Amino acid sequence: MLNSPAIIAVALAYLLVLFAVAYWGDKRADQGRSIIASPTIYALSMGVYCTTWTFYGSVGRAAVSGIGFLPIYLGPTLVMALGWFLLLKMIRTAKANRITSIADFISSRYGKSHLLGGLVTVIAVVGIVPYIALQLKAVSGSVSLLFHYPEIIMPGRSATLPVLADMSFYIALILAAFTIVFGTRHLDATERHEGMVAAIALESVVKLLAFLAVGLFVTYGIYDGLGDIFRRVAADENLHRLTAAIPSGQGYTGWFSLTLLAGMAVLFLPRQFQIAVVENVNEAHLKRAAWLFPLYLLLINLFVLPIALGGLLHFSGQPVDADTFVLTLPMAERQEAMALLVFIGGLSAATGMVIVETIALSTMVCNDLAMPLLLRHKRLALEASKDLSSLLLGIRRGAILLILLLGYLYFRLAGEAYALVAIGLISFSAVAQFAPALIGGMYWRSGTRQGALAGLSGGFLVWAYTLLLPSFAKSGWLSADFLTGGLFGIELLRPQQLFGLTGLDEISHCLFWSFVANVGAYVGVSLLRPPSAAEASQATLFVDALKHARPVGAALWRGSAEVSDLLALAGRFLGPQRAEAAFAAYARGRGGGGAPDARPFKALEADAELVQFAESLLAGAIGSASARAMVASVAKEEPLSLSEVMNILDEASQLRSYSRELERKSAELTAATRELKEANERLQELDRVKDDIMSSVTHELRTPLTSIRAFAELLHDDPRMRLADRERFLGVIVSEAERLTRLINQTLDLAKIESGKADWNGAELDLKEVVEQSVAATSQLFNEKGARIELDLPDGLPPIRADRDRLIQVMLNLLSNAVKFLAPGKGCVRVSLRRRDGGLEVAVADNGPGIRREDQETIFEKFRQVGDTMTEKPAGTGLGLPISRRIVEHFGGRLWVESDWAKGAGVGATFRFVLPLAQ
Amino acid sequence: MAKKVLIADDEQNIVISIEFLLRREGFEVVVASDGEAALVKAREEKPDLVLLDVMMPKMNGFDVCQALRADPELAGMRVLMLTAKGRETEVSKGLGLGADAYMTKPFSTKELVAQVRALLGA
Repeated sequence: MLNSPAIIAVALAYLLVLFAVAYWGDKRADQGRSIIASPTIYALSMGVYCTTWTFYGSVGRAAVSGIGFLPIYLGPTLVMALGWFLLLKMIRTAKANRITSIADFISSRYGKSHLLGGLVTVIAVVGIVPYIALQLKAVSGSVSLLFHYPEIIMPGRSATLPVLADMSFYIALILAAFTIVFGTRHLDATERHEGMVAAIALESVVKLLAFLAVGLFVTYGIYDGLGDIFRRVAADENLHRLTAAIPSGQGYTGWFSLTLLAGMAVLFLPRQFQIAVVENVNEAHLKRAAWLFPLYLLLINLFVLPIALGGLLHFSGQPVDADTFVLTLPMAERQEAMALLVFIGGLSAATGMVIVETIALSTMVCNDLAMPLLLRHKRLALEASKDLSSLLLGIRRGAILLILLLGYLYFRLAGEAYALVAIGLISFSAVAQFAPALIGGMYWRSGTRQGALAGLSGGFLVWAYTLLLPSFAKSGWLSADFLTGGLFGIELLRPQQLFGLTGLDEISHCLFWSFVANVGAYVGVSLLRPPSAAEASQATLFVDALKHARPVGAALWRGSAEVSDLLALAGRFLGPQRAEAAFAAYARGRGGGGAPDARPFKALEADAELVQFAESLLAGAIGSASARAMVASVAKEEPLSLSEVMNILDEASQLRSYSRELERKSAELTAATRELKEANERLQELDRVKDDIMSSVTHELRTPLTSIRAFAELLHDDPRMRLADRERFLGVIVSEAERLTRLINQTLDLAKIESGKADWNGAELDLKEVVEQSVAATSQLFNEKGARIELDLPDGLPPIRADRDRLIQVMLNLLSNAVKFLAPGKGCVRVSLRRRDGGLEVAVADNGPGIRREDQETIFEKFRQVGDTMTEKPAGTGLGLPISRRIVEHFGGRLWVESDWAKGAGVGATFRFVLPLAQ
Repeated sequence: MAKKVLIADDEQNIVISIEFLLRREGFEVVVASDGEAALVKAREEKPDLVLLDVMMPKMNGFDVCQALRADPELAGMRVLMLTAKGRETEVSKGLGLGADAYMTKPFSTKELVAQVRALLGA
């Protein structure tokens, strides 16, 4: 059953299942029904930390150093249990800034620096290559072992085989092809791969179950439980030392550095960053992961020591590599199904690591290495071509293939000299170099781009010198002379006893010196100069990530852009449809309105927030530094100095108050304009009225003048005119002259009242006395007309406050008007005085013809006289009533007329006025 | 045969003075004191000339002038408008409505007589 075709078929079937799960996960994600929105899935996917290193290598390590394999899992456990806030801050920051990889994270923190992103990418790729090699070694080793079943033959040295005959090479190609199909089918702005996460979670379950199964099989199938194994080991002098708490040769320093290293690795390995930070769908999931992931690590390590000890006992004296015990024990026991399950578990551990790691690395290579170079050297070509999304995908696929081939190369060159765990630790030490710049960047505002560059470069060089090069040397690929004699024969420069530091294992040694260089350069160079504006604003975003509910980046941008330019730019990298969909979603989120097919984003304003949105959208596809460069090419950003950044932050509130002030002034201006307009209209109206009045006045003046002139000329022309005519004509001239005088006086009087220049002598008056005096003054008029006057003037009424002469003027006017319209001999005028409405009312009632209803208001207008007989005309000026009304109103009263015209002519008219009592 | 002149004005003294003036110059004179009366008198008496005041009760001089000109029986009747409002617009309005001449109050009696003679061709 366990022949080569069957093994290959099972392996391919397993990969097919993984692919199906991933495909399903992506489909569900596109439908918005995520299958990974669960804290358990999140915690399981973090199990990608456990690779073939764990699956095969831990047993190998334990066979040499007992529980010495444990620090690799203690570190992550401590970080998850005690340092989860670090991860939370990374998640929050990454989401707010659309961070897509650890290179993006670091370059973004230090002002979106291309150089820094590129350096991180190079370190990551170089650092991870041994790790990939480790997976290749483990998988090809397990395949090779199974192929020789039932014999147990250790895999030969691949280095001696031609590449095309080396199975590892084909495994690398298959893994590359699988990863490409798996992870780069399309571009996503957020660089999230839901299907991949689902498949990784499944793999975590598979490898855990496989390892637990083989552990149970070894412990209880081959041996008689844990007690049995430990009794046998205790009896063996060689194996006894493996059960010590701290095995010899490693010591506390080794434990400490491995724990530290593993703790950093679980945060900064590209695949861990991808799974824990980039693929995180909800930061609340961290809560469960904080205990579930350590529990997973505990479970998968539960049987490491029993298997290692069991293997040592079982294969005592045989040339069986401890790294293969997990597989060789079931094989030795002829447990084909168990062996196949172990193989699948190991395969899942390897594929999980390779997939996530190479996808993360390819994203970094594309976004932080290839794009900046393309942008710099082929900007014209880039701008000429329309849709770049296929180019981006091509770069990523190429990067995946390249990384796996590099892994294969390292495996060929150096893989044989090291155990699995030793290879893995070289990678751990490399990614640990990210710690100072990354953790420093999240908590220390003064870190600068140059500081991060110096620290990373220094740490990386020390790592390469003390760990990577020796690994080549030990494989015989490099001359080992420099290992023993030091570089250039200088003993102090011996890579693994640098500056005479001895007594440490090579990992602790590397960690010590690389961190001295890294932290020293990072802090030292950072302190050389204060952060620039871009660094300071990014520092605020990262250091204060947990303080802001929303990213504040939008405020720190100044410039102008066109929506269409931004859309076209995004379309070139994401594809036009995805870009339009993203913009439309953004517009809907901003209340940009209407039907989804109405292209609401066209109405968007290209403000700082939209530019920020476009930049973060692009950041997902090409990295934040490249995104900034591309957006800057369409958005004409103006340089922002540090003081301006500070001012923007400080003055936001001031700006709001300025704007309120401006609004207020603008409102005042509008009001003033309106008032001016109204005043102008009033003036024009007044001008028109004045014109009318002038016209009326001249008419009223010309009329008596016409008579006067005519009669004067007639008299002048005819000295022998009859005496009767002469006297009649002279009489007319006199009365018309009097009329003219009266008219002029009243016109001037009215003008004075209306302009407010009249003299008013307010005093307390007895109204009865005023009325009596006026009646006395007009008694001659009444007598001439043969009219009666009746008075009803009660005593003891309270005084009113007015001008005596003016009130007499009003009374004379009303009385003379009344007399004018009385029928000769039959007229009667009744004058009465009484209390009314908190004042006193005077009524002057005549029994004349009365006043038509339509004339009852007209008579109070200037020069409007009522009456149609020629005899009535000359006496009035048409100003008496308007003047009277104004006088009464001046003292707070009112004047009106009543005439029941409906009863027909001869009903008479009653003029009344009311004046308020004196206070 | 003496020419007949209708004087239409609501100012009694003005009517008296013009009536006295024109009788002395040998014209036959009829009077009216408002617009409606003026129209009635014009149709009854068929005067050769109407001296028409603009500001009159019941019907103003412009309306009377328009009515006179619309009446074919009164064709050939001369109209001289008299007004105390000497504004340009009123002068042209009166002439536009068919008045033959226009005089502003106060007027010179000599000029009035000369104008009347000129209109009547006497």
